[in-house]
Amino acid sequence: MQMLWNAFLLAMSAIRRNGVRSALTALGVVIGVASVILMVDLGQSATRNVTEQISKMGPNLLFVRAGFGRRGAAGTRSAARSLERADAEAISRELRGVTVAPAASTSATVVYGNLNYSTSIVGSTEDYLEVRSRSISRGRSFTEQERSEAAPVCIVGTTVIEELYGTAEPLGTQLRIGRLSCLVIGVLSDKGETMGEDQDAMILTPLATVQRRLLGSDDITDIFVSAASADDTARVKEELESLLRQRRGLGPLDDDDFFVRDMQELASALEGTTSTLTSLLAAIAAVSLVVGGIGIMNIMLVSVTERTREIGVRIAIGALPREVLLQFLVEATVLSVLGGAVGIVLGLVGSYLAASELEMPLVIAWEVVIVAFAVSAAIGMAFGFIPARKAAHLDPIDALRHE
Amino acid sequence: MSTDDHAPLIELRGAQKVYGRGEARVAALAGVDLVIERGELVMVMGSSGSGKSTCMNILGCLDTPTAGEYRFAGVDVGALDRNQRTLLRRHYLGFVFQSFNLLARTTALDNVALPLVYRGVRARERRRRAQQALQDVGLADRADHTPAQLSGGQQQRVAIARALVSEPAVLFADEPTGNLDTERSREIIELLVSLNRERSITVVMVTHEPELAVYGSRVLVFRDGRIVADGPPAEVL
Repeated sequence: MQMLWNAFLLAMSAIRRNGVRSALTALGVVIGVASVILMVDLGQSATRNVTEQISKMGPNLLFVRAGFGRRGAAGTRSAARSLERADAEAISRELRGVTVAPAASTSATVVYGNLNYSTSIVGSTEDYLEVRSRSISRGRSFTEQERSEAAPVCIVGTTVIEELYGTAEPLGTQLRIGRLSCLVIGVLSDKGETMGEDQDAMILTPLATVQRRLLGSDDITDIFVSAASADDTARVKEELESLLRQRRGLGPLDDDDFFVRDMQELASALEGTTSTLTSLLAAIAAVSLVVGGIGIMNIMLVSVTERTREIGVRIAIGALPREVLLQFLVEATVLSVLGGAVGIVLGLVGSYLAASELEMPLVIAWEVVIVAFAVSAAIGMAFGFIPARKAAHLDPIDALRHE
Repeated sequence: MSTDDHAPLIELRGAQKVYGRGEARVAALAGVDLVIERGELVMVMGSSGSGKSTCMNILGCLDTPTAGEYRFAGVDVGALDRNQRTLLRRHYLGFVFQSFNLLARTTALDNVALPLVYRGVRARERRRRAQQALQDVGLADRADHTPAQLSGGQQQRVAIARALVSEPAVLFADEPTGNLDTERSREIIELLVSLNRERSITVVMVTHEPELAVYGSRVLVFRDGRIVADGPPAEVL
């Protein structure tokens, strides 16, 4: 114990004597540890970000669209029969524990005053807000009468308001959607961006308004379905598919001419991608940690050669080989542990800055911090061993004559 | 490893050091018998290649003879392993080198305290004893100076303090004045003489200068791996 403490003191004084070189030696480990921590934190933060975005969109959400989906050849999508309102009613009737919102959407240029903005117009039923987990922050929802009469009324997303109104009051104004003049009766509460799409760049109207006044057809573009819980989506998806196949008269050999997407599926696919990426980046960072270890070995070898005479003196005045070994081993270990500690601080600061810069949640993988620290200590010991052994086995006579 | 206070401090019997074999065989030391008693101040002379350095290395337990016997205070050094010889150096021997060999960028005090680190002396006690040793060599006011801030003579005195601090039985000085001018050399010799007289530390010192060798109580002259003269300076020189 006394011997170890002595070795530690000797190592500290040697490190202090060569301040700049010690700092440069440890730099490799600093960068290695910092980048491992940064990469893992950023990766996990990206994963968390995806998960949060998906849960914002509603983790129990599924949607149905006409078309051949991922299996269909390009260009065949238009050949698929479109969905009908009756499909939505059937889903609502046949499936247990689901809320259904058929929607017809289009995009249009919206004009207010002398400003215009191109955005998406969604016409849907009263359950739309619930299914898409949206709410109205100001104003009111559509009345039953407005829905059945295809009244020109709309509820506007905040991005549209920012673009067209600035700070002016939108409620009660007339907004022109294409050729249709529409009364603003409500404002959607903020949702932010999910999956790179601004959820607030939209205008909501009654379903019939979009169908009759904008599209001129009774087609439904999407049917949004919300399962009772996130665990239920797989069952709902299966039942949806078989119900729709039956309603659309598909034989057992026919491909689906519609597709059902569920957020759970999307979430796990995205999480898989980000976690693979995280492992990859962490592996690259780990390589830099090993390179940092080699840097330590390199400098320690130089240091042993340069301090040959010092080592000769130590051995002459009574340092045992194992004491010399321990001194250099401890020196290498202290260097890399100090490097590791600085690397941890830099990595954490980097994670914090990156997370706030990229507007992602800050995730700190403490287990990685601990492992990175332990690995940096181990690297110091492992790569310090060869130089230390070289020092311990020097012949004092030769060492003292060394120029 | 127990020392015998009644045995001679240093006793070499037929010591040889041979390098290489056959045609390439070189005898650096060709059979040396030597007894040094406690309290002597021995001056070792001889041209380079005469075997004096080899002999000093053997006496200093840094090297072992290929034949013959070396007893230090009754202990058979030839029977010791490397670690035991190191411990013998640690506890009984002090070294002063021609080129000082102080640790760079390290204060005089820390340099002097170094041997005590290996003896496991506590920090506070180390400082006290190192300070005392510096005072003994007249450098108490230079304790915080690094070697680069000291003159050659001062550096060598720090080195002597480092050798003294562990209170060795014998001090080996290999041309300690080789890098110093005449005036500094005289000061160093006088310091060694006073340590020998006042502290009864045995000193074995290599020198080329006859005017320094006269300070010794005994002079040895090496030639071709043998001692060719041995006696008081008045007889030998």
